[in-house]
Amino acid sequence: MDSNYLIEFSYLLASILFVFGLKGLSHPRTARRGMNLAALGMLVAIVGTLIHHAIISYTMIIIGMIIGSLIGAAMSIWMPMTAMPQRTALSHAFGALAASLVGISEYYQHVVHEGGTISRFTMIALGFEVLFGSLTVTGSLMAFAKLQEMMRGTPITYRGQNIVNMTLFAIAAGIFVYLIFVPTASTLFYVMVGLSFLFGVLLVMPIGSADMPVVMSLMNSYAGLASAATGFAIGKNVLIIAGTLDGFSGFILSILMCKAMNRSIMNVLFGAFGSASTDTGPGVEGVMREVSADDVAVQLAYARQVVFVPGYGMATAQAQHAVRELAETLQHKGVNVKYAIHPVAGRMPGHMNVLLAEANVPYSQLYELEQINPEMQATDVAVVIGANDVVNPDARDNPKSPIAGMPIIEVDRAQNVVVLKRGKGKGFSGLENPLFFKANTGMLYGDAKSSLTKLAQAVQQA
Amino acid sequence: MSVESLIPSLCVLALAEGSGSGATGLISSLYVFALAAFLGYQVISRVPPLLHTPLMSATNAISAISVVGSILTAGGKYSEVSKLLGFIAVISAMINVVGGFMITDRMLKMFKDKIGGGRDSGSKEEKR
Repeated sequence: MDSNYLIEFSYLLASILFVFGLKGLSHPRTARRGMNLAALGMLVAIVGTLIHHAIISYTMIIIGMIIGSLIGAAMSIWMPMTAMPQRTALSHAFGALAASLVGISEYYQHVVHEGGTISRFTMIALGFEVLFGSLTVTGSLMAFAKLQEMMRGTPITYRGQNIVNMTLFAIAAGIFVYLIFVPTASTLFYVMVGLSFLFGVLLVMPIGSADMPVVMSLMNSYAGLASAATGFAIGKNVLIIAGTLDGFSGFILSILMCKAMNRSIMNVLFGAFGSASTDTGPGVEGVMREVSADDVAVQLAYARQVVFVPGYGMATAQAQHAVRELAETLQHKGVNVKYAIHPVAGRMPGHMNVLLAEANVPYSQLYELEQINPEMQATDVAVVIGANDVVNPDARDNPKSPIAGMPIIEVDRAQNVVVLKRGKGKGFSGLENPLFFKANTGMLYGDAKSSLTKLAQAVQQA
Repeated sequence: MSVESLIPSLCVLALAEGSGSGATGLISSLYVFALAAFLGYQVISRVPPLLHTPLMSATNAISAISVVGSILTAGGKYSEVSKLLGFIAVISAMINVVGGFMITDRMLKMFKDKIGGGRDSGSKEEKR
């Protein structure tokens, strides 16, 4: 009995430490200490669980923990920062897999193996756990495959896709409701698991790479909710608290990401953005003006303020260090350098911030959309590095554009714009960007990293 | 740490203590869920966009607390099938526990206020 109190107390302590840990993330200065507290909480909870009297054999537990720890440590040590979105997608899959396996295992034990039944409440909890868990596993793996470019990042669509998806979801939900009343229908339980695995694949299939920040946030949320449902099913409040914190965090991020694109979650999930080229209003006229690195270097060297606007292109070119080198060279010449970060730049929330931090860019130089836009007019040169939609003035000026209403970084208001781009093609969304055709915009083609290095050398000599 | 932000957490935890089984168990579980959701909203909405990637990996690591359920399944008085599922669950949850906290720390270590004259650029500009 005494050990039970000890165990419950360890969970209580863990819950408090988790909350303090997340509280620490409200500022970069307190973040590391906060996360150490949270990690301590996790340790306390695991140790508490290990003394549980229900455990009769430790072999599987120890082996499993060692294997998991080794894989987890290896992944976090050797994973390059540019692969952060992929790693996060994978970890959502692992988290959700753990939750749904515990759910399936509980169900199998009590209903199939012992031939008994489970309470309606437990069945509801198990159902949510398995539904959210399974669809997150396959959904996240799909996201991983797209981010890792194992499959093409453009939306995969077919006729009647939404109807198929909705029907599938309705069948799974119908089975769930039936199981609540007849928990012993084990075949249907497995069908439900299978359907939600399938649903995860179909849900993410039509979503393009540019919308990944929303998908990542949603999967983060679902993985958390699956954990919370596990807590309901096995009666452990610490799981409910931690899972709910995760679930809500993901939910808040999804909303923020959607706001940053002026779209609804429904539209992201079922809109298959960028697949069909619809009427986008008057076509863009004019020519793109190509510029040389030397010309740009002179512009930069004599500027008062330069703003860098990074996008996913910076990540693919691994150009974050080259950007910082150029920025430092400029600073030595007395140029004021700032970075403008759009919330959906990159493939996950905060993607650009992490990459620039990796390159030793101090966060006091990073500016959010609302902070930097009023300064654009006073900016001599805005340098766009592999970003496209987030600086597309059509979002503001052309109500017919598919991205109309999306808040943008208004680089077109700067005195001069330089766009670093791999080639002349359209971006991931397939949209024309009028910014590229403006008179004060210069296009600098080529690999972003080598272009930036060239610029830094040229600035030094200027 | 402001006092007002701790009140909901204390409520959650007070309730977490008193959960039993049956109907009261369900209700107190729902209380915990509702208050944790409220608390989550309060805490998470204060995280700046700068730290959104670490936030995601941190919450992911924390929700790997499902390792508790996995451990009990893998080592409990269960059938072989259930234990095997529990074993795989322990592995996947531990990947997130260890990997999640480590990568979050690796990221947070990189965020620096200023280095190599980061903030000096402002004053230099004024001199020009």
